[in-house]
Amino acid sequence: MVATPDIPRASSAALLSSKPDKRPPNMGQIIRWLLLFIGGVLMIMPIAYMISTSLKWPHEVYNVNLIPEEPTIENYTYVLEDGRFYMWFVNSIIIATITTISNLLFDSLVGYTLCKFRFPGRTIIFIAILSTLMIPTEMLVIPWYLMSQSFGWLDSYWGIMFPGMMTAFGTFLMKQFFESVPDDFIEAARIDGLNELQIWWTVAMPLVKPALAALAIFVFLGNWTAFLWPLIVTNSVDMYTIPVGLSGFGDEADVAWELIMTGAAISTIPTLIVFLIFQRFIIRGVVMAGLKG
Amino acid sequence: MANLALHNLTKSYGNTEVLHGISLAVDDGEFVVFVGPSGCGKSTTLRMIAGLEETTSGIIEIGGREVNNLEPKERDIAMVFQNYAIYPHMSVKKNIAFGLRSSKMPKPDKEKRILDVAGILDMVDLLERKPSQLSGGQRQRVAIGRAMVRDPAVFLFDEPLSNLDAQLRTQMRLEIKKLHQRVGNTIIFVTHDQVEAMTMADRIVIMKDGHIQQVGTPEEVFHRPANTFVAGFIGAPSMNLLPGQLDAGGITLAGGRIVPHPLQAPASDVLLGVRPDDLHPDEANPILSGKVTVREPLGSETLIYVETPSGEVIAKADGRTPPQVGETVNLGAAMENLHVFDAQTQQALT
Repeated sequence: MVATPDIPRASSAALLSSKPDKRPPNMGQIIRWLLLFIGGVLMIMPIAYMISTSLKWPHEVYNVNLIPEEPTIENYTYVLEDGRFYMWFVNSIIIATITTISNLLFDSLVGYTLCKFRFPGRTIIFIAILSTLMIPTEMLVIPWYLMSQSFGWLDSYWGIMFPGMMTAFGTFLMKQFFESVPDDFIEAARIDGLNELQIWWTVAMPLVKPALAALAIFVFLGNWTAFLWPLIVTNSVDMYTIPVGLSGFGDEADVAWELIMTGAAISTIPTLIVFLIFQRFIIRGVVMAGLKG
Repeated sequence: MANLALHNLTKSYGNTEVLHGISLAVDDGEFVVFVGPSGCGKSTTLRMIAGLEETTSGIIEIGGREVNNLEPKERDIAMVFQNYAIYPHMSVKKNIAFGLRSSKMPKPDKEKRILDVAGILDMVDLLERKPSQLSGGQRQRVAIGRAMVRDPAVFLFDEPLSNLDAQLRTQMRLEIKKLHQRVGNTIIFVTHDQVEAMTMADRIVIMKDGHIQQVGTPEEVFHRPANTFVAGFIGAPSMNLLPGQLDAGGITLAGGRIVPHPLQAPASDVLLGVRPDDLHPDEANPILSGKVTVREPLGSETLIYVETPSGEVIAKADGRTPPQVGETVNLGAAMENLHVFDAQTQQALT
């Protein structure tokens, strides 16, 4: 008589165990879900109020009701018909896009160099770059302003963009990611006759696409929502970015919150689209950077 | 194809010298394997030949041309890495074609060359696949293909089989050997596996602590080891080394047993070497006796570990009727299979 092998029995057990768990949730799970729910509500409330306020008439703005009594899209019509908003939108797009491209190129170049080349002073340079992260923006705006003034960059795209063309955070992020690119790849390309710039572009960059995507989103969002520096460096309404422009809605007597919230709601759309497309890269990028760090 | 010569090559990191004057001549089309334990300097030597490490002193010549000051791409070499180094974001075809990126060859010729290489490596059907869709052996073939497509003067292999499982290693070993017979390029192959070295090499270079211990054919290094390190490193299980005193009557081992040996040398302390393959139970002319402590059946043969006055030795017994554990056995070996080493210098005297 042939003995029944153990394997089919083990497989059956595995199949049984793969059925959905129908046990009622325990107290720990309930508390976790409750905390997550509260966190979710806290996160969503400002957005909900932004949309709610954008659908309210001016007299209803200070009413805390989430659902407007008389919903209106008048604010959207007003903001979209106002030519200034388009101008600010285009300014923000130009600034955020160029700054993002610049960061992707320069942060990755510096990160790659610091990661893959051995040269005297490498560690000191890296520490110096990192140490700039500890200086608050509020302290930097005065030297930035003086620089802009002496170079004639006030009230220009270049003036708004130059402090963010390359960031210490981006350099750090890219350096950490390039650590995961095996040196063998680079040496193999060197033997195959590529120069260092070609190796960076052809071999190393495609291997850190998740990091590039994450960095692109961080930089784009950062520049899209930047307020303090664009406010300081711009004088003319034509050069405003969306956050600066929106803050000026209203008059000296009153702030038109319904228009500000409408503009904010509209300006959220591009970032929302970008985030929805690339969120998996952001999460992966943040997780990987954390692991590497 | 080209010959390769290393003249008194040294390498230092700071004040620490890790390669101490390596000299070697490799003939055109020869398959030379560098073998040795970790840290012996074999990979460093290979990387210096490739131009990935600077030489501290000495000269490297490829095809009669000094290449010390040339970039890796100018040395007419191709290298296969331990981790394959095939680019995960490129298809097999692009990976193979990568080796031709800097070539000025017309595009149709490049295409033909890629297909030729893919044909030789039996990879034509895999050209559009990504590396993640390939097995370990296939990935290694892609790496070899990328090296082959350039038709370099010298192929450098840096432990290319280390990441493969035992079965695949054996298969790839055979494939690389066949490939060499087919294309005939000069190959420098680095490994820490003495079986790979023995099975593939025309000549083996055995290294230890930054020194070449012996250069020779597999037969030479196995049957005529230059010193006790080579004797112990090549062959599995390792050669038994028994301390003794050499005099006119032969070699006196611990316990007083005298092993007759014709070696003419001044009386001195020596090590008598005998491979387990050559040491068998022998009642007629024993050189050692002792109790069997462990048996390792290998099928047709059985390895027996025998505790003797000279220490534990390993011998080979018949697989059908091996001695029992605890049994006392006499072990003998043919005179021509005995090796004698100077106990002080560890160098071979025979």
